[in-house]
Amino acid sequence: MRRRGWYLLLVLPFIGTLIPPLYNHAAPTLFGMPFFYWYQLAWVLVTAGLLGIVVLMTRDGRV
Amino acid sequence: MSSAALILGVSVTGVTALGFIAARWGGANLRDLEQWALGGRSFGTIVSWFLLGGDLYTAYTFVAVPALVYGVGALGFFAVPYATIAYPIALIVLSKFWTIARDRGYVTTADFVRDRYNDRALEIAIALTGVVAALPYIALQLVGMRAVFSQFSTLGAMHAFPALTVAFVLLAAYTYTSGLRAPAMIAFVKDTLIYVTVIAAVTVIPARLGGWGHVFSLSAAALAARPKPSSIFLGPPQYFTYATMAFGSALSLFIYPHSITSVLAARSREVIRRNAALLPIYSLLLGLLALLGYCALAAGISTKDTTSVVPQLFARFFPNWFVGVADAAIAIGALVPAAIMSIGAANLFASNVFREFSLQRSQVETVIAKRLTLAICAVALLFIFFVPVPYAIDFQLLGGALMLQIFPAFVLGLWTRWFHPKALLAGWACGLIASCAMAYAGGFSANYSLHAFGGTLTGFIALYSLALNLAVSAVLTLLLKRGTT
Repeated sequence: MRRRGWYLLLVLPFIGTLIPPLYNHAAPTLFGMPFFYWYQLAWVLVTAGLLGIVVLMTRDGRV
Repeated sequence: MSSAALILGVSVTGVTALGFIAARWGGANLRDLEQWALGGRSFGTIVSWFLLGGDLYTAYTFVAVPALVYGVGALGFFAVPYATIAYPIALIVLSKFWTIARDRGYVTTADFVRDRYNDRALEIAIALTGVVAALPYIALQLVGMRAVFSQFSTLGAMHAFPALTVAFVLLAAYTYTSGLRAPAMIAFVKDTLIYVTVIAAVTVIPARLGGWGHVFSLSAAALAARPKPSSIFLGPPQYFTYATMAFGSALSLFIYPHSITSVLAARSREVIRRNAALLPIYSLLLGLLALLGYCALAAGISTKDTTSVVPQLFARFFPNWFVGVADAAIAIGALVPAAIMSIGAANLFASNVFREFSLQRSQVETVIAKRLTLAICAVALLFIFFVPVPYAIDFQLLGGALMLQIFPAFVLGLWTRWFHPKALLAGWACGLIASCAMAYAGGFSANYSLHAFGGTLTGFIALYSLALNLAVSAVLTLLLKRGTT
């Protein structure tokens, strides 16, 4: 089942959010918000997008 | 009576009526456990989205997280990565569980554990864990409601208790009557009010405080000036704490009985999968609400009772009638999950603990489950009278540490039959004992400082005890298997 490969996309949010030294700083700010805050909020949207892709691409296959 | 109090009162009365009307939704026979507890497993994508959103985003989101950010700064923001990575986990675990549960007619996680391992002691252990972990989470909902009601009492928090008790008795009554259909219907009202309130709050409040840049610099100064200073950024020793709190919470979110109850109410596996991608919209709300903790700091709100931070902020910046709307959003936002939590816990008790002592299913179980809902609400109410914790969120975090101990038996069990049930039971027991011991040693803080290899690692209790649980389960399985061959 090659479709299962899409699930690997779901590893990205874990890497992106669970290593705080990657994003624990102030610059660059967005709308006055330090990077620490808007970066993590952005991951909410990115993760929703990744989940959307995985759900669409694996529609018939069973896990 | 102020217009805010009037609007809050009318809203709570309105959703109570809705809760009783919900019994007629779909014309189902509510004496059947699947109808009462799971809404007949009939909810589509949209109803499930509102129900799950109403169920998972609770007083934790509206009150406890902003309070923590207000109290300790950046560390409190762990709830955002938590509410992000919970969904990839949900997609994989829940779509698998939903399929098995539908095929075999399971109502709870312990139903699955019973069939997989054929071990009654393990089934009862799993069920009791869910019941016990649900109680502090329901108590957290009450803390949220108390924060709202005490705004309207000039004499302070103690005088909010009559209002709190009345609201909770009504909740128990309509949940008893209508089952899961009541919170499902009320969730539409709740989620609408929440979206309106949060959008209004993040548009109005930061602008009135001179923009986000100003909010953050004032917050940084206020946190640094505290007797126990903190920061809007993490200190390097907090990295591990932050990551383990986010990961541990995310692992436990979808094994709570209230999550399972709402998930099993979905009509199809595809409904669950779609919702895994659609529900993170609520997590964005959670993040914005967390930042209201900083708005409160910037606005100079000073209080010992951190749970009242968000209601106080609303009272300061919104016109009186809208304060009523916003407070109704918080109060109803606490009622919906409290109802589902008591249903989920009652299901576990009726199906997996009592059932082991009687052979009849359905009608008798439904009666027991309904009565238990009332009992669970009563116990949760006592909880907040007698268990003081510094931050409301500790209720949820310590409950999560207990909840996570079913992970090896339940989640790993979805994919493998390798573990021996007695080994899982021993691992579960070690995990629970370790969680309680660490919580006790740390003065009921959710994090524990582990001293090893010459250093100190402060992390979420739930993950430490899960690691112990997994190790014990694996080693004992190896030993028991060697003994039998």
